[in-house]
Amino acid sequence: MPPLLELEDVHAQYGQVRVLHGVSLAVDDGQVVSVLGPNGAGKTTTLRAISGAVRSSGSIVFDGRKLGRSPERAARIGVAHVPEGRGTFSELTVWENLRLGAYTADRPDFDRALEHFPWLAERRNQAAGTLSGGEQQMLALARALMSQPRLLLLDEPSLGLAPLVVREIFELVSTLNEKEGLTVLVVEQNANIALDNSERAYVLEAGRVALQGTSRDLRKDESVRRSYLGY
Amino acid sequence: MALLRLDNVTLRFGGILALADLSLEVQTSEILGLIGPNGAGKTTAFNVITRLYRPDSGDVVFDGASLLNTPPHKIVRRGIARTFQNVALFSTMSVLENVQMGAHAHHNARGPSEIVDYVGLTPVARRIVRGLPFGTLKRVELARALASAPRLLLLDEPAGGLNHEEVLELGDFILRLRRDFDLTILLVEHHMGLVMGLADRVHVLDFGRSIASGTPPEVQANPAVIQAYLGAE
Repeated sequence: MPPLLELEDVHAQYGQVRVLHGVSLAVDDGQVVSVLGPNGAGKTTTLRAISGAVRSSGSIVFDGRKLGRSPERAARIGVAHVPEGRGTFSELTVWENLRLGAYTADRPDFDRALEHFPWLAERRNQAAGTLSGGEQQMLALARALMSQPRLLLLDEPSLGLAPLVVREIFELVSTLNEKEGLTVLVVEQNANIALDNSERAYVLEAGRVALQGTSRDLRKDESVRRSYLGY
Repeated sequence: MALLRLDNVTLRFGGILALADLSLEVQTSEILGLIGPNGAGKTTAFNVITRLYRPDSGDVVFDGASLLNTPPHKIVRRGIARTFQNVALFSTMSVLENVQMGAHAHHNARGPSEIVDYVGLTPVARRIVRGLPFGTLKRVELARALASAPRLLLLDEPAGGLNHEEVLELGDFILRLRRDFDLTILLVEHHMGLVMGLADRVHVLDFGRSIASGTPPEVQANPAVIQAYLGAE
């Protein structure tokens, strides 16, 4: 079976600054795959290229269809993106943020978000900008789930979250993966928890894939241990 | 001597008690870690110190005088600078221009270019900030704060966007900063390796209240902190 998502030789740049120099990676249907890499390696840009938020060249294929031009098209065919730094609409209420997440769905299914984040109900009329940083991160994830995606792109979900909550978020990702077959591509600096919760991983360096393999094998790699795991 | 003191600070947003009778002290030259669950009031405390919020009761005392009569735009002249959790830079300006903004109201003996160099941003000094990697943006914010010659530096999650090795370097870098710029530092951070390695003392908030304070080992062994925040490994 072909992978659900496949990138081949993807290049991207911001103005004159080239960020991706030929990234190739694949995510199988039903897998959780993590992406590690130092600051500036191109992790965020890779996710942005997939959802079409930045123009790229090369090939990005999702479920047999070309991606990479239009974020709306990506959302319509089942790709949800939780961007770096959350990207919640701070002037809108919690409920309005969720409803926007369901923009491509026939009818917003709030119960689905509430099932995983019950506290959102009591905050439904609060402006998102008045939530704490961590709460906004959770709202961004809930909003992404509202589109009932097949592929979830998660950009550093642990950013701004307390250690306990980081664990909860990754438990939730695992649950969604196991129970609902959600496929996940996650960029994460907390390499320990990312490798624990993914089957395979890629290490990006300077806009290229430097290493790839099963999470178990990467854990044994000397350079991964030194740079990402700290033991 | 305490450079900064919060005395019984209480702040409500509607029905929510954001800070509940919070008292804490930051001693001159110390690094105080401020940790706690999401929504505990850490960033709110920063916003009270920088006068974006006025407490309903209590006082904020900096260098022996209350800050409550200092408007937010004059806080930087009192010698307080901060960074932001989710980055608040001038996104269409260059790195160097952002740092120059930091020197606008109050400036360091080291000029903006020298500070850009000190923090290692010279290679991107002329780049527009938008589109730079998150970890780099955090470094630009730090440089902007330093350019205003602060005595007290408030760091809101400086480790965001960095891998393990880069966080280790950041720890060494913050210690060097404290020495070279004569700083007192209040540090909000969820990366426990960084906080526990850097902080002289740690203060723990939960639901706007202090639940513990002490040295890093004391706080890490505190059952209330483990339950509310760290979780059992």
